[in-house]
Amino acid sequence: MKKMTIALLILTLALLPATGAVAAPVYKIGGIFSSTGRASFLGDPEKKTMEMMVDKINAAGGIDGHMLEAVIYDSEGDPAKAVSAVNKLLHKDKVLAIIGPSTTPTTLAIVNFVERAQVPLISCAAGVKITSPVKPWVFKTAQSDLLAVAAVYQHIKAAGIKKIGILTVANSFGESGKNQLLTQAKENGIEVVKAESFGAKDTDMTAQLTKIKAAGPDAIVCWGTNPGPAVVAKNAKQLKIDIPLYQSHGVASPKFIELAGDAAEGIILPTGKILVTGLLDDSDAQKGILEGYQADYQGKYKGNVSGFGGYAYDAVNILAGALKGSGGDKNKIRAALEATQSHVGATGEFNFSDKDHNGLSPEAFVMVEIKDGTWKLIK
Amino acid sequence: MEEIIQYLFSGITTGAIYAVIAVGLSMLYSSTELINFAHGEFVMVGAMGLVTLWVHLAWPLPLAIAGTIALGCALGLLFERFAIRTARSPQPIVLVIITVGASIFLRGLGMIAWGKDPFSVPPFSSHDSIEILGAALLPQSLWIVAAAVALAGGIHFFLKKSLTGKAMVACAVNKKAAWLTGIPSERMAVLAFAISTGCGAVAGIFIAPITMSSYDMGTILGLKGFCAAMIGGLGSLWGAFAGGILLGVLESLGAGLISSGLKDAIAFILLLLILYVRPGGLFSAKEAKRF
Repeated sequence: MKKMTIALLILTLALLPATGAVAAPVYKIGGIFSSTGRASFLGDPEKKTMEMMVDKINAAGGIDGHMLEAVIYDSEGDPAKAVSAVNKLLHKDKVLAIIGPSTTPTTLAIVNFVERAQVPLISCAAGVKITSPVKPWVFKTAQSDLLAVAAVYQHIKAAGIKKIGILTVANSFGESGKNQLLTQAKENGIEVVKAESFGAKDTDMTAQLTKIKAAGPDAIVCWGTNPGPAVVAKNAKQLKIDIPLYQSHGVASPKFIELAGDAAEGIILPTGKILVTGLLDDSDAQKGILEGYQADYQGKYKGNVSGFGGYAYDAVNILAGALKGSGGDKNKIRAALEATQSHVGATGEFNFSDKDHNGLSPEAFVMVEIKDGTWKLIK
Repeated sequence: MEEIIQYLFSGITTGAIYAVIAVGLSMLYSSTELINFAHGEFVMVGAMGLVTLWVHLAWPLPLAIAGTIALGCALGLLFERFAIRTARSPQPIVLVIITVGASIFLRGLGMIAWGKDPFSVPPFSSHDSIEILGAALLPQSLWIVAAAVALAGGIHFFLKKSLTGKAMVACAVNKKAAWLTGIPSERMAVLAFAISTGCGAVAGIFIAPITMSSYDMGTILGLKGFCAAMIGGLGSLWGAFAGGILLGVLESLGAGLISSGLKDAIAFILLLLILYVRPGGLFSAKEAKRF
């Protein structure tokens, strides 16, 4: 009797996926986001955006009549959990493509798995290493710090500044930024007179700033994410360092102005256009897209959009474009992704090629200055 | 020369922060022989409590400070009553593990109560930084140093001069003997906890204007405070105070003169060195006691 029950159970289990597959020809796409944990400020809006976009595409009739189904796992910002999630997506859910993960370490952890399984991946993380060197199946929508540094240096050169001091946070974000700052300085003829770092939870950076000040730079570039850079801004004001202070896109949120208070005045930083949608020229191709995304997102989730959600927004749209006419063939999807040209998204204009799987130019960033507690667009 | 003075100033500022935390830790140790690894979380509660009462609810500053200290003391009471006293086998190691657990619990609670974003608090006195020999000194640094001195001094007199304080020390030396002479040892432990966590809250209150406060700020501050207390000699109040200042100054000098990447390592290298050379800490004549 017992054996019979077990046999019956196995039989039903074996038949279940088959009956499911016959019922509706859906396109399954995977998502891995750090929707909880330390990096939830990245992953949470990304997950919400992906769910919203998939619903929207389905409501409009799907892709070539196929409905989309999103299978989303939470990496909690942990590379090990991202690996187990990617294995589930590849072997159990058998998805056509994967969007995410949200951070550079989690993305780098799963790159080899998608390469081996030959499934396209569109990452939402910023690290340069993800798409350089180019890996056939790996794409990304977030601007690299390479572009952020390029945007900052364009501004520095235009201001006639020759000598800078840099102050970076001692984690992967700051290290990657420091590498770019140092290599691109040579190409741009800028001299880095002093390179210092600070701990992500340090409470006082006056020692480093004093050291930089003594080296006599014309500007200081700080590369980090909240709250460290706000402490740097405050300390710089207290030490009466009156040379321009540049910050990275890592602090491009109203929270930074709130934290740094008066000390934020005059700070210059690069940011994706999403932060300053209202200030963009009406002729800007991205303005309408950003307003549409903002309206949709606020209507559904009652929160403000962030650049991070924008990465997922672009990833879903680009993938939807590549799925059209592919008939669910992964090789065709990959080829279509690589051939994506002049796709205007929330982050910037994407021009993918076999040499560039990020497809953005420094124009994806605009430079802003903090004036009177708000952003001012620098043209 | 200018730079050295600047390093000293920033070192004294951070050092005074470590000192206040270390004094609270040391106070609890000298009266209950317990090291509270959740102490850093009470610093967080202090900073975040000030954010809520002063910045968000706009209470007057003295009232907000009093309210926050009361909150820190109350949490300490609850902690002693429901986590420490209920331990079935109250060996020191069990109690230490309970405090580690409590620190994780409090951090989680802080995350739920205040969210993950950091907050900023304006300085108590809005003056420009003071310039001495070309180096800048923050008015808030003076506040912090003053708070550290007042706390260490206050506790010193309380333990050495007042009857309650002496009773508290007696409990630490020998609980049973103290009980036989009629000292309510349980009540003394409760009091010691309340004072110690209140000290933690004071540290949080005074450092909030120069650092950013967030739910996870306690961990590293608690560790540095522990280092400072160990360097000075656990149980010695002025040792903890001096240990804090020494640690801050060395960190700042190390960051300035050697490399800023080494900053956090300095605390632990220093701790190891001192434990090798003087296991009891710099200011304690006794040999270190093992549990």
